[in-house]
Amino acid sequence: MISIRDLRFRWPRAAADCVAIDALDIAAGQAVFLYGPSGCGKSTLLGLLAGVLVPQAGHVSVLGQDWAALGASRRDAARADHVGYIFQQFNLLPYLSVLDNVLLPCRFSALRARRAPAGAAQALLARVALPEALWAQPAAELSVGQQQRVAAARALIGTPEVVIADEPTSALDAALRDGFMDLLLGATRAAGSTLVFVSHDERLAERFDVQLSLPEVNRAAAR
Amino acid sequence: MKALLHIAVRSAWNRRGTLALVGLSIALATLLLLSLERMRTDIRQSFSQSVSGTDLIVGARTGAVQLMLYSVFHIGGATNNVRMASIEAIARHPAVSWIVPISLGDSHHGYPVLGTTPEYFTRFLYGDRQPLVLAQGRAFAGTLDGLYDAVLGAEVADALGYKLGQPITLTHGAGGPMSPEHADKPFTVVGILARTGTPVDRTVHVGLAAIEAIHLDWTGGAPMPGMHIAPGDARKFDLAPKQVTAALVGLKSRVAVFRVQRFVAEFDGEPLLAVLPGVALDELWDVVGIGERALLGMSALVAVVSLAGLVAVVLAGLNERRRELAVLRAVGAGPRHVLALLATEGALVTLVGALAGALAAAIGVALAGPWVQSRFGIALQLSAPTGTQWALLGAVLLAGMLASLVPGWRAYRLSLADGLSPRN
Repeated sequence: MISIRDLRFRWPRAAADCVAIDALDIAAGQAVFLYGPSGCGKSTLLGLLAGVLVPQAGHVSVLGQDWAALGASRRDAARADHVGYIFQQFNLLPYLSVLDNVLLPCRFSALRARRAPAGAAQALLARVALPEALWAQPAAELSVGQQQRVAAARALIGTPEVVIADEPTSALDAALRDGFMDLLLGATRAAGSTLVFVSHDERLAERFDVQLSLPEVNRAAAR
Repeated sequence: MKALLHIAVRSAWNRRGTLALVGLSIALATLLLLSLERMRTDIRQSFSQSVSGTDLIVGARTGAVQLMLYSVFHIGGATNNVRMASIEAIARHPAVSWIVPISLGDSHHGYPVLGTTPEYFTRFLYGDRQPLVLAQGRAFAGTLDGLYDAVLGAEVADALGYKLGQPITLTHGAGGPMSPEHADKPFTVVGILARTGTPVDRTVHVGLAAIEAIHLDWTGGAPMPGMHIAPGDARKFDLAPKQVTAALVGLKSRVAVFRVQRFVAEFDGEPLLAVLPGVALDELWDVVGIGERALLGMSALVAVVSLAGLVAVVLAGLNERRRELAVLRAVGAGPRHVLALLATEGALVTLVGALAGALAAAIGVALAGPWVQSRFGIALQLSAPTGTQWALLGAVLLAGMLASLVPGWRAYRLSLADGLSPRN
């Protein structure tokens, strides 16, 4: 599903590589836990996986397609079609309703819109246990925990093949965190999507199929 | 694209307070530009409609524009009068068909008083060669019996609420608190003219002889001490005018216009000037044009300043919106979508502002039109925008869209640099 070969990425004006991975493969349907301390290139790697960043050397392929082989706008379209993304926080557009936020990927991807039949957004919101009374509310009125659950529903709408989560639990307390993990993993498995989950919180690791230590994978971080 | 428009509208609505202020300043700039253009068009229209059918205007030697201004528009005053003997000499010129002398200098409640002959009412034409029409009553006859008859312009009668038979007294000079009254010789309103939309509406017309009569016992702009001539007794004096302010001249054939003009300019008795009304108006536009262009330039600057405000506000808000842009990038928006989003927002604010300004300009014309008409005699028209107004509106919109590309471009660069994680 995801394949990385000889990847080298350096930010503009940076002195050294930020990400250097020789080989990394993730199979379809797997839930992968990537852990490591802050500053080991986690967010940069996720940007590379999502096709927002393009490496200076090497290949990052998703669904067998090398991101670098696509033009910028084809990459954006492919990301809209195949990737769901969850941020650490501030996932939602505060001026849109909860439901509109969930449906946002369908506005940019005809494929996702086709795969999300009427009622799919509502079903996902119910699945992540967001009270129905909040669905029509502006996203700005939700608590942080509720916002993260809406973000999970958005990442899963139209069943993208890959879901990428960038420390989605770091803003949540322990009780909320466990509930969120249950919902995210359950929903991802139900959709059959591959999950790449990044966190520095190793207590979450046991819930995943595969655990990877990013400092070990990323030679640029290990040095 | 529809998705982006929806997001742009919702995002802008979320920050409507700040954007409304920017929109307001764009609306004011548009209002300024459009009403200035409307006034310019309608003032020219009013001025060029003011006199027609008159081939030459004759007065004491002065500037062509000045002669035109005081003789037709009753703005400013004559520096010198014209001797009646000179007028009679011009009237004898073989090419001259008719000549109507006019005498200015007095006023009634600030409205200018025009002394003339009864022929004025048939010879004076305005607009597209339309004659003056009496709405009520009759013109003065120019006889001794009707010595103190007055004919009012429509605006004078409306504003002062005068009916036929109303007695009025004239004020010496242009009016004002210190101006002496011709209170001893009251006039009677015998006619009221239909509205023309020209300075005629704001004029009180009396006979030339009446102007002589009320000044019989005056000297140097004040009543002669110890001398008083009763209104009736004035009829016993010689009331033939010795001097007038100017004269309207009609020719038998327009071909002779330059010959007669030269004849007047080279007149032996006193220094005189004859102008063609159309040529004098063109000269007037040349003078007024400088001011118009300056005003238009200032309004354009105001528009530029408000658009700069738009760019500044959208740019300033951009930093707080980098999370928003990252979210859009994550769900599949490209940097070009981000550019389009920001540019759309600026264009929307410009559009709303410009439309509000155009609406305000129309409302302003509707509300202020009657007042401007009565105060300045200029008919502001509530009609479809003129070509220039469309062009100005288009220029504001285009400039707004171009200006919006600035924050759009900045957002484009930011979203390329940020990727999914805004960095500071």
